[in-house]
Amino acid sequence: MLELALKGGKKYYGWMTFLLIIVGIGFLLYLRQLDFGLGITGLSRDASWGFYIANFTFLVGVAAGGVMVVLPYYLHDYKAFGKVTILGEFLAIASVLMCLTFILIDLGQPMRAFNVLLYPTPNSVLFWDAIVLNGYLFLNIVIGWNVLEAERNGVHYQKWLKPLIYLSIPWAISIHTVTAYLYAGLPGRGFWMTAILAPRFLSSAFASGPALLILMCLIIRRVSNFDPGREQIQSLAKIVAYAICVNVFFFLCEVFVVFYSNIPEHMDHIKYLFVGLHGHGAYVPWMWASMILMVIGIILTVNPITRKNEGVLAVACVVIFLGTWIDKGLGMIAGGFTPSPLHEVNEYIPTLPEIGIALGVWAMGFLVLTALFKIAVSVKEETRS
Amino acid sequence: MDSSRRRVLQLLGISALAATAKPVLNAFAVEQQASGAEVIIKEGDNVLKARQWAMVIDTRKLKSEADLEPLIDVCHKIHNVPELQNKNHEIKWIWGTHYHNAFPGKAAQFLAEEVEHRPFLVLCNHCENPPCVRACPTKATFKREADGIVFMDFHRCIGCRFCMAACPFGARSFNYRDPRPFIQETNKQFPTRMKGVVEKCNFCAERLAVGQIPACVEVSSGALAFGDLYDPNSEVRELIRTHFTIRRKQILGTEPCVYYIV
Repeated sequence: MLELALKGGKKYYGWMTFLLIIVGIGFLLYLRQLDFGLGITGLSRDASWGFYIANFTFLVGVAAGGVMVVLPYYLHDYKAFGKVTILGEFLAIASVLMCLTFILIDLGQPMRAFNVLLYPTPNSVLFWDAIVLNGYLFLNIVIGWNVLEAERNGVHYQKWLKPLIYLSIPWAISIHTVTAYLYAGLPGRGFWMTAILAPRFLSSAFASGPALLILMCLIIRRVSNFDPGREQIQSLAKIVAYAICVNVFFFLCEVFVVFYSNIPEHMDHIKYLFVGLHGHGAYVPWMWASMILMVIGIILTVNPITRKNEGVLAVACVVIFLGTWIDKGLGMIAGGFTPSPLHEVNEYIPTLPEIGIALGVWAMGFLVLTALFKIAVSVKEETRS
Repeated sequence: MDSSRRRVLQLLGISALAATAKPVLNAFAVEQQASGAEVIIKEGDNVLKARQWAMVIDTRKLKSEADLEPLIDVCHKIHNVPELQNKNHEIKWIWGTHYHNAFPGKAAQFLAEEVEHRPFLVLCNHCENPPCVRACPTKATFKREADGIVFMDFHRCIGCRFCMAACPFGARSFNYRDPRPFIQETNKQFPTRMKGVVEKCNFCAERLAVGQIPACVEVSSGALAFGDLYDPNSEVRELIRTHFTIRRKQILGTEPCVYYIV
């Protein structure tokens, strides 16, 4: 089926070339980082994780969000989603690939990455994160590819895939749970040390993943002869609506606990993000923008009139995607490190090379995503005709 | 367990450690271009041993930045800690800070002016229950069975910096760039580091191995004490018994092994 990714029109090749150029620029910048060290980023002794890990965390969510089409179809026999499960699985593949790349480029000694397997350390959450992410990648490649191939050949997919499909559902939950545990189990990091972190991550995942999927469906309908379907898009939109509401609700729960209890170690991070601390407040406009975007998203997706208008729905999805990216990416990491354990405020601001490298990774992910979606859509077009 | 068996086991442990450490140190020596500059680890009667090393800092005896300077300087000098101008790239093993930074959440509202301005020495606490060790995915940072020192293997560290996020004391530094050009005078007895790995205070494990107490303690003219936390007759136990001491963020249950007399 791979050959399907090579057969495309001018627009397809133009888009792929554009992505390749960004990947190339990112790669050159990464070579610079490899040579100099992570010092070309804005990271410091106090903020030891930044833009890379932020994007990693967000994309784990997008990957896990793919399960929102798999689960209703396979567990609830919601037939309509049968048409789009492959899109969810392929989105997961591209997202996990980006996640793994973000982890790799964040390492100070990437050539030693295999030490994680050479010296397996079950007490480290990072060890488990490596296992669940690679496992999820493997599951989605095997399931997605085989189911699509069976569809192309007009046969039912192999029987042995069924247990893997069922396994992939809790596995999707696990990737984001383990990613939240990376942060939530650290003593002395008041912002992250909350039992609701994993549920928060999952709720934002189930908003951002399906939101991206809706946008992809709308694009696919425009550029190909395959229509993912109005009902499918509307069902996804309802999932997004619930998830974004839950996400904002969870955040408000956090705000209540932190401010009513009035414990400085937990309060100061949220203060830093939303009103600034000790005269530092680079994230203040971003965090308020995130809140406003998510509230707009709620209004547009909950209200049936706006949700049923696909143009408005597209805007809502963009707004939700951006809002959750700021909330869970940018703010979640920088906010956790500021103030520092010694209660000092050393702001983390990503540098241009750092952003360039991250854009390169995103472009790589979308390159893979476009190729995979091209294959899926071509098969759908073939089988229909 | 009777004492002779314990002693045999201890010796076995130490020699095993020495056997594994030696090639590592030799590798460094070779990399340091100085052929023949071999690091010799003396073993035998003068090796200092403890179940858990601990430190007591009498902050009353360290009144100003100038009092801390020799302690910090000697540590950073013998451990090849670079001096980097860019604050983001900064590396420090031991440094002075304000009371409210060393003990956030523990400061009284109207602290005595003298205490408010007194510098507090901070370093790795060599916790008995270290969160950094729990977090490390490669066992590059580990707690030594023999003496409780939280140790770093610079060759195994992949630079993921999970330990830095896990440490509630900000004790760890990362080499954001090659540190070697920024070392004033390289001490050939101790390894330099490469870019992309984490480092921190090692309680002068290399000095303990040859019967010397940590360098900062040595030059502190009695302000710092060092000894076995589990030896009731050690100097640190005597100080903890006779003085009211505090530790940083005890509430987190990491059991820091650096005690402060305020």
